[in-house]
Amino acid sequence: MVAQVITSGLLMGFIYALVAVGLTLTWGVLDIINFAHGEYLMLSMYTAFWLYSLLHLDPLISLPIAAFTLYIIGYLTYKLVVKKVINAPALVALLATFGLSLFFRNTAQFLFSPNSRFINESIVVDKKIELGTIIIGMPKLVASIGSIIMVFVIYYFIEKTRTGKAIKATAQDKATAQLMGINTEKIYALTFGISGAAAGIAGAFMSTFYSIYPESGLMYGLLAFVIVALGGFGNIMGALYGGLIIGLTEALGGYFLGTQFKYAIVFLIYLIVIQFKPKGLFGW
Amino acid sequence: MNKKKILFILLIVIALLPLAIKSNNFRHIMILFVLFAGLGEAWNIITGYAGQTSFGHAAFFGIGAYTSAVFVWKFGILPWYGLLAGGIIALVVASIVSYPAFKLSGHYFAIATLAIGEIILQVFVSWDYVAGATGIMIPMKERGLLNMQFHPRNKLAYFYIIFALFVFVLIITYLVESSKMGFYLKTIRESHEAARALGINTTRYKLYAMGISAFLTAILGGFYAQYVMYIDPFMVFPLSISMQIVLLTVLGGLGNIFGPIIGAAILIPLSQYTRIIFGGTGMGLDLIIFGLLVVVIACYQPHGLVGLIQNIRQKGVEEDERTPARG
Repeated sequence: MVAQVITSGLLMGFIYALVAVGLTLTWGVLDIINFAHGEYLMLSMYTAFWLYSLLHLDPLISLPIAAFTLYIIGYLTYKLVVKKVINAPALVALLATFGLSLFFRNTAQFLFSPNSRFINESIVVDKKIELGTIIIGMPKLVASIGSIIMVFVIYYFIEKTRTGKAIKATAQDKATAQLMGINTEKIYALTFGISGAAAGIAGAFMSTFYSIYPESGLMYGLLAFVIVALGGFGNIMGALYGGLIIGLTEALGGYFLGTQFKYAIVFLIYLIVIQFKPKGLFGW
Repeated sequence: MNKKKILFILLIVIALLPLAIKSNNFRHIMILFVLFAGLGEAWNIITGYAGQTSFGHAAFFGIGAYTSAVFVWKFGILPWYGLLAGGIIALVVASIVSYPAFKLSGHYFAIATLAIGEIILQVFVSWDYVAGATGIMIPMKERGLLNMQFHPRNKLAYFYIIFALFVFVLIITYLVESSKMGFYLKTIRESHEAARALGINTTRYKLYAMGISAFLTAILGGFYAQYVMYIDPFMVFPLSISMQIVLLTVLGGLGNIFGPIIGAAILIPLSQYTRIIFGGTGMGLDLIIFGLLVVVIACYQPHGLVGLIQNIRQKGVEEDERTPARG
């Protein structure tokens, strides 16, 4: 039974990691707390739902569409909102993204009603793998394998490609990056786009096994904050390990202490870890 | 005109407005306005003056609300003692939880306070002694100032209680700001390292600031419980209360005694009237408009409304200086 709980915690951990990678990018590069990040997840789940319900597209097939939609939403978030507040005092950007999250959440409620919706036709639905006593649901398995691949794709992109190095340079020192001929304006917009796309992919995967409603992203947004802070701002591998720790803590805490305490335990673990590593596990 | 005089005139206007306008709706909004202005002032002490961003003030608000509610509901003790006890409990809790958190800087501290707030919410949801998620209904007592209970239509009485508490919060804030401690806190905000180099015990002063801030927040929370007469954890502990306090202070002007008053004067009527006008549909239209307005204000007035007023006044001063030079 404990093995089952650990497995399911790890699987969720990989998905959390992908959500958190999106958040850690905007946080690390622009030094902005994006309170609307959880809402990106929700918007992506609705995108997958409507493509399924109107065009009968399997969420796993329509995944690139959801990713692209959220890339655009992330890009526009930067161009229309974040760009205007980036030089303002730090809390103003937070004010703007918090307003944006209220706007997204309630627009979804206005347009799509507060009812929970489910996608019950997908190639992964109702399939499972049995490994001895451990039963793994196919939707979660596919989602977490997909998520871990995406985490490494983004990691590779940031570390190895020219654009990725430009993003890192901008994060470290904007003025110097500009002197080196990097168009930081473009980099910022791109970073926000990638951040949206990461949440978009995670959301599309989650839509196969999670109920879709306007507040779907709320708790995941909060967990992503904790994961990012746990891993260290702007650190992709930190977000991966942070995601795994939080996924495991949530599953084990829920199993041993009761599900009503699982988030309290998650937040407690963060507070304990941060005592020993005040800048996160991989912060500098 | 100096700051004290402006503040004094502003307070008189606030005190007289509910007398002049007899609508109960308006008086209810005035009560919420003064309550949230007070919460903003209290939050300003730790974040505006000391520079430590707290996203967890709903925890202290809720502790205050629960203490005063439990005092009346379980023990039949007058709510006024509950207010005081709530403040003291919040002060103790704040000191215990923030002592380790003060090791952290910047965003790490902010996320830690958010985590603390969420943990306290979860604890109250599953705590049977305070009726968990069911919440507490405050029993009816004899009406009067002593029991802090009045006819539901008698909003004026509630208004003057919260107004008095607000003035108390303002006096404490003013004393903190103009004392030696206020200067220490501002030094810590500008540069933690410099403050330490000057020999300021930064942890101690941050603790004092957090303690005072939590104490005042809890007293206001205690009033809120007595005013609405029913509380559950999701009403008094949610992140949205912490965020509302942050929003209105940042909107008005951070680290400025007028900031929370101006911010609350805009944000509270805005959210209440959009709810009255558009909220009836139950489809979230009020919050769509509210969210958009918050975004627009943040984008076009990034230094808070106090910044806007200061800009206008500075321009006025510059023009005044120019005029005699010409003559």
